[in-house]
Amino acid sequence: MERHIDMTSAAKDVKRRGSNAEEMGARQRDISVSEFFAKNRHLLGFDNPRKALLTTVKEAVDNSLDACEEGGILPELAVVIEDLQPDRAATVKSSRYRVTIVDNGPGIVRKQVENIFGRLLYGSKFHRLKMSRGQQGIGISAAGMYGLITTGKPMTIVTRPKATALAHRIELAMNTKTNRAEVIADEETQDFPPERLRSVTLGARALAGEKGFLDAIEFPTGTSVSIELEGRYQRGRGSVDEFLELTAIANPHAKFVFVPPSRESATEEDDMPLVTQGAASAASSATTTTETHGVLIFPRGVQELPRETQEIQPHPKGIELGILLQMLKEYEATEKGSLYSFLQERFCRISPTTAALMCKKIGVTTRTRASDIDPTVAEKLFKEFEATKLAPPPTDCLAPIGVRQMLAGMLKGVRAEFYAASSREAAVYRGRPFQIEAAIAFGGDLPCEESARVIRFANRVPLLFQQSACSSFKAIAETAWKNYGLQQPRGNVPTGPLVVMIHMASVWVPFTSESKEAIADYDEIRKEMKLALMECGRKLGTYLRKRLKMKRESDRRDVFERYIGEIAKALHQITGHNPKPIYDALLVQARAKTKVADVELDEDGRVLKSEAASSEEDDDDDGVIILQSAIPNLPTTTLRAIAPIEFDEVPAVTKTRASKAKVSAPVASAALKPTASKAPVAKSTTKKSASRSVADTPSLF
Amino acid sequence: MAAKKTTTTPASDLSGRLKERDARTTKKIIDLAEEMVRRALSGQDPIIQIPTRAKSNTLWNAKRGILEMGKATAARPLFDLKTAKQFMQTMLHSNTISDLIAAGKTSSLRGVFYKAKHTVAGTRENTFDGQDESDPILEDLEVALGALREELHVFAENRGSMVGNITIVDRGDEINCRKMGSGGYALPSIVEPDIIQFKKSEAKFILHVEKGTVWNRFNEDRFWEKNNCILTHGAGQPPRGCRRLLQRMTQELKLPLICVLDCDPWGHYIYSVIKQGSISLAFESSRLAIPEAKFLGIRAKDFHQCKLDDAVKIDLTDNDIKRAGEIAAYPWFEKHKGWQREIDQLLKNGFKMEVESLITKDISYVTDTYVPERLKARDWID
Repeated sequence: MERHIDMTSAAKDVKRRGSNAEEMGARQRDISVSEFFAKNRHLLGFDNPRKALLTTVKEAVDNSLDACEEGGILPELAVVIEDLQPDRAATVKSSRYRVTIVDNGPGIVRKQVENIFGRLLYGSKFHRLKMSRGQQGIGISAAGMYGLITTGKPMTIVTRPKATALAHRIELAMNTKTNRAEVIADEETQDFPPERLRSVTLGARALAGEKGFLDAIEFPTGTSVSIELEGRYQRGRGSVDEFLELTAIANPHAKFVFVPPSRESATEEDDMPLVTQGAASAASSATTTTETHGVLIFPRGVQELPRETQEIQPHPKGIELGILLQMLKEYEATEKGSLYSFLQERFCRISPTTAALMCKKIGVTTRTRASDIDPTVAEKLFKEFEATKLAPPPTDCLAPIGVRQMLAGMLKGVRAEFYAASSREAAVYRGRPFQIEAAIAFGGDLPCEESARVIRFANRVPLLFQQSACSSFKAIAETAWKNYGLQQPRGNVPTGPLVVMIHMASVWVPFTSESKEAIADYDEIRKEMKLALMECGRKLGTYLRKRLKMKRESDRRDVFERYIGEIAKALHQITGHNPKPIYDALLVQARAKTKVADVELDEDGRVLKSEAASSEEDDDDDGVIILQSAIPNLPTTTLRAIAPIEFDEVPAVTKTRASKAKVSAPVASAALKPTASKAPVAKSTTKKSASRSVADTPSLF
Repeated sequence: MAAKKTTTTPASDLSGRLKERDARTTKKIIDLAEEMVRRALSGQDPIIQIPTRAKSNTLWNAKRGILEMGKATAARPLFDLKTAKQFMQTMLHSNTISDLIAAGKTSSLRGVFYKAKHTVAGTRENTFDGQDESDPILEDLEVALGALREELHVFAENRGSMVGNITIVDRGDEINCRKMGSGGYALPSIVEPDIIQFKKSEAKFILHVEKGTVWNRFNEDRFWEKNNCILTHGAGQPPRGCRRLLQRMTQELKLPLICVLDCDPWGHYIYSVIKQGSISLAFESSRLAIPEAKFLGIRAKDFHQCKLDDAVKIDLTDNDIKRAGEIAAYPWFEKHKGWQREIDQLLKNGFKMEVESLITKDISYVTDTYVPERLKARDWID
């Protein structure tokens, strides 16, 4: 277009190339933010139909969770994706979907609906330093805009801010030119939560019948957002399923019900190269949610809400000169106070003493008005910020997931045998407080031969893309996992049955782009991440060493018990003595010699917890859970009944007869039964005797 | 060859003695097993005491000029991860041996290995992973029971050959070692008097060479005929059968033993084993060692004395030098001036020589010139 105009103007006046300033000026005008993003939708995570579907769900879920938590409500969310072209040809890659997210949050007052859903860069979260999922106020309105662009359909919002009043049902279409929403329909309705959704699929209807889906009692207030869009639904890496699964891990206090569309889209092989067989199985093995009639239910793991976060003022160390000038200007306009009070009011960690000292240092009095500060003095002040020693920003603005909650989430979502979590103390980057948490799950059903699965969260929101650009990925790759008994290719994440979770909580998470896919690589952040990982790694290393030791001990017992049968048999054949008493006597000795194996296990009782117990008990200062039942090689092996030998009842025979008996009397394996050992050691093992398996123990003969 | 029953020992007498010997061995095995049963039932650690077959438990009997086994024993407990498997293997072999004796059969080392080899019940582990695990267990049993290999009804492969002016009887078959063609009489592993008897011998001495190739040279040149001797080789380190036969011939026929071995630490070591016995078989030294054995060559001085070509030199390796030092420190060489000089010369030369190096002079130099001249000059080390 631009070029075309250039050429016509060039044709008008051959001597002059290009346009004159006036002509150019005529073309120069405001670019609406929404227009800009409509053209650059990849920046917001709408690059392709599959990701668009995910981003839509993600933005709506983020908003809902934020709203619930701010309203002090334990979140319950329903995510429904309806396939609007169920009869399309099998080869059609994308389809039209209606995505509906219903929450039980506080609802939205009528007059704010257009602003929240219809404008980009409008929100409560951008201007304050408070930890929340959303930041810029782009997400949900961008999703609505994408829907409008691809299907022409407005988004539908049903919200009931008051349990006793009617709900509002509003249809909004975004005008990209004006960055304003146009209200297409606006009515009051009794229909919240929307009745229609309760029977959207057979599974939904069945669940609703059991009062387990969108039950009105659970949703006295709340908001429902429906967006129709062109998208593609496909499971695997980077899917809605994975997103919800990970969200459930990081938000054990929330309950999610997901009604997926009836069918997956046709696959496009080279679209998602990450989805290998193994990755898919890793994803599926991590879901311990219940699935009824095709509806996924991610139950609530803990009953308390995350700590309520405080809004904080910026910290002087994290401010830039331009921002400082801007803040001064704002302060002049609103407060007209002194610099002395400006410093105390608009920053955190500046006490009256410090403020006075700063004023003195830059050569003004405590009475000097903020409006009298000129840029040169402001710059002095800025330098003073750098030079002064200040306490780090307060950390009550952060709500980490918590060690116990992370373990509960991992336990719920990942089937492993060992879980460890650690929560760092809050730290600061660019004057903004942040806190890093890490958790790992090891062993169990996780695939052994692959690189560890990394799951990343920022303010409890899972990050699904651009893993290798993320600071957390670098932190994991830089951690020396070999020290903790794992394999690690140079400069990469470790290999083995491992899931690594990293969470960054901050009032402002530095993302590398607006689509919030990767955390920017600040040294302070990466350092904290590594320290958290190392803490988890040490716990894992200790566990693995202990496991190795126990395994060695149980191997030892195994060795003895294996050979005893052979020895008893040989002695029987040489001497003619009945082998059974010899075997039993030797077994008693063997068990006594390897009693250490049992003792070790008992001593570990502190960390050996059952799944049920772990979420109740709070002695998880260790941040470690070991699932005994999930350990394949350990206690079960240690206590495996060793070939329960049923010796052929041979009376004391002469040598010659004995050697014949060996050939002629094989014991049918059906006759095998476990020898009830009357050995004293039996006592110490009764606790686990249930895990003994004797079905497949072979015969000695 | 005409088979002829030996008349020196009545068959019934022999079988009677054998039965008696077998009964003795069987009793030893049963005693050992009973002891283990008793220990097991009374809650004691099952432990087999096995005389240590190691340098630390080998004593040099200067008076007899042989190595002897000391009194040290090593405990082999069942309940020790290091010895558990060996314990089981020892029990299995005890059983195998007792079966062999009961059946009146003998078996090769390899046969015994196969007989006791199976998977341990309930596992995929083999009782024996290879013959190299089985053979030492049998040697342990020999010393633990105080019974010789033949008493356990076990034999090794035939190794080594013999020709010469002697007639022997082997299990009743008369064997004329003058008519053995190019292959010679293969030396069996059991050569005790009840198996092999010496009948007629005109030989004046025994010439033992290191390996078959050299032995072939001597046999082809009819050295034993020209020099009236018995010619043997042991295919390198001579096995027990070969050493026992040599020892019996030196003792019973009063023949001197002359060795022609390579001029290197390995050759010296072979000589040392023939003469004094070995560490691992120290318990058998009195039956195997031949303190009168003489070392004729190849000598370190021969390179100059025989004016050999530079091509015959093989550089000593670091390992050879280390080994030479060890051999020089053996108590029976340590005070032997001749041997100290010999090893010094070898190290000074810095190279070793094989017997075949003499071929550079002439194909039959070693048989026509070298050995006869040295014999005549009585130029050897003893």
